[in-house]
Amino acid sequence: MPSLLSAVSQAFSMIVSLDSYLLSVVGVSLRVSGMALVISVPLSALVAALLGLARFPGRNLLRTLVNTGMGVPSVIVGLVVLLLLSRSGPFGGLGLLWTPTAMVISQCVLITPLITGVMLSALVGVDRAISEAAHALGASRLQRVLTVIREARFGFLTAVIAGFGRAISEVGSVLLVGGNIVFPHGVSYTRTLTTAIVVETRKGQFETALALGIVLIVIVLSLNLLASRLQRRGSW
Amino acid sequence: MKRVVVLVISLWSLLALGQVAWGGEELVISTTTSVYDTGLLDRLNAAFGERFGVMVKVIAVGTGAALRLAREGNVDLVLVHARAAEDEFLRGGWGINRRDVMYNDFVLVGPPDDPAGVGGLKSVAEAFRRIAESRARFLSRGDDSGTHKRELSLWEVAGVIPDAPWYMESGKGQGDNLVQASLMGAYTLTDRGTFISLQERLELLMLVEGPLNGGDPLLMNPYGVIAVNPAVYPNRNYIMAMAYIGFLTSPEGQHIIEEFRVNGERLFVPMALSREPRFEQYVPQDWRR
Repeated sequence: MPSLLSAVSQAFSMIVSLDSYLLSVVGVSLRVSGMALVISVPLSALVAALLGLARFPGRNLLRTLVNTGMGVPSVIVGLVVLLLLSRSGPFGGLGLLWTPTAMVISQCVLITPLITGVMLSALVGVDRAISEAAHALGASRLQRVLTVIREARFGFLTAVIAGFGRAISEVGSVLLVGGNIVFPHGVSYTRTLTTAIVVETRKGQFETALALGIVLIVIVLSLNLLASRLQRRGSW
Repeated sequence: MKRVVVLVISLWSLLALGQVAWGGEELVISTTTSVYDTGLLDRLNAAFGERFGVMVKVIAVGTGAALRLAREGNVDLVLVHARAAEDEFLRGGWGINRRDVMYNDFVLVGPPDDPAGVGGLKSVAEAFRRIAESRARFLSRGDDSGTHKRELSLWEVAGVIPDAPWYMESGKGQGDNLVQASLMGAYTLTDRGTFISLQERLELLMLVEGPLNGGDPLLMNPYGVIAVNPAVYPNRNYIMAMAYIGFLTSPEGQHIIEEFRVNGERLFVPMALSREPRFEQYVPQDWRR
């Protein structure tokens, strides 16, 4: 069995030597998760604002659906996207299966409910008095909505980070719809950090697998540090 | 707020940069983890890609999944090792132009103390019977892979219906399954290639061998390559699939297979070049003229 220590030292040397396989795998991970985030965040913010601030019939049902969506296993999402994008499926003509785009799609489906849910709870948590005070000061309806969203911004940031965390650490769906493809000389096409860990584990290269895991944790950790700095500054 | 917007925009432009773009032709093949994990395909695909200016995308799954992906029109070509399933694929009209490519063999591996006493047996069916009689643990892939299909047919030959609690399924790929069998002290059936590449990390011994080392012919493990039928899926890259089949079965491709070594051991025996090619490689085995 490999020692954790040798994995750490291997992770370190892979990072320091800018291992080209590692860089390309990290690149795909960041691009796919980042793109999914860029699409999901505005969408989630809109849905959360509607569900949190507007009143309409069916609102509670929709909230329940969002909460359910937060718990759907990624393999199920991957399977559904696979069947939809399959050549013999309804969107087969687009030729999107086995591409990073397919991975972005499945990640969007996966993280949108999560981001929406966290944003929603942030909005609901804003003190009603703030909205009422804005109203008393003569704010329009839109201004009141913006005031509440501004109050909930820390919660929104938490939602974005949670969404990114789920996207980049996700294995099941990206393995299914991306196909885990790598080109000769270790150039990743649809292989992410997580699916690379699956391959290395299957090959019994436990040190390399652990090293990739450490790299993944370092990335998520540094993004979280950045976010908490933003939150503490509180000037925005 | 402005700072956040700037941050988002710069992240966005960062993401747009460095996108892997390949404007040229590509070939998508689905194959089994047992071939992919050895590294043989990397060697073959690099040579093929250079010669034909094509990017080869490999989807490594079990044989069952590989054929299913091809049936749905998601790949151009399959390289698999389960003749009965391949025949069904051919009969259904999804695949055409099958060729034998290479073979290796399955081996029965188990814990060093060999509680069922199967070490050195010449017959794998006898070994399976002894495992069942002694109710020693056996870990099956249970994933509809080529190895799993072969294991099931061997239980049938042995005349044993495997049963709980000694018979278990992992549902994992070949490498993962070996690791789990090693941790459980269980017997399992594996292809020789994956076992050799993992051997140092496993507490398992090769107990019954296949024909690669003069063992039981029931453990023969031939790999076949099949192109997806362009009449069913006109958008698939049939021309390039046929070029790939031609390359695999050419002297150059067969030489790469012949020379391929892992830990100094040879894993595959090329079988495409022959003065008198076996007719059975082209058609389902029960085909009648």
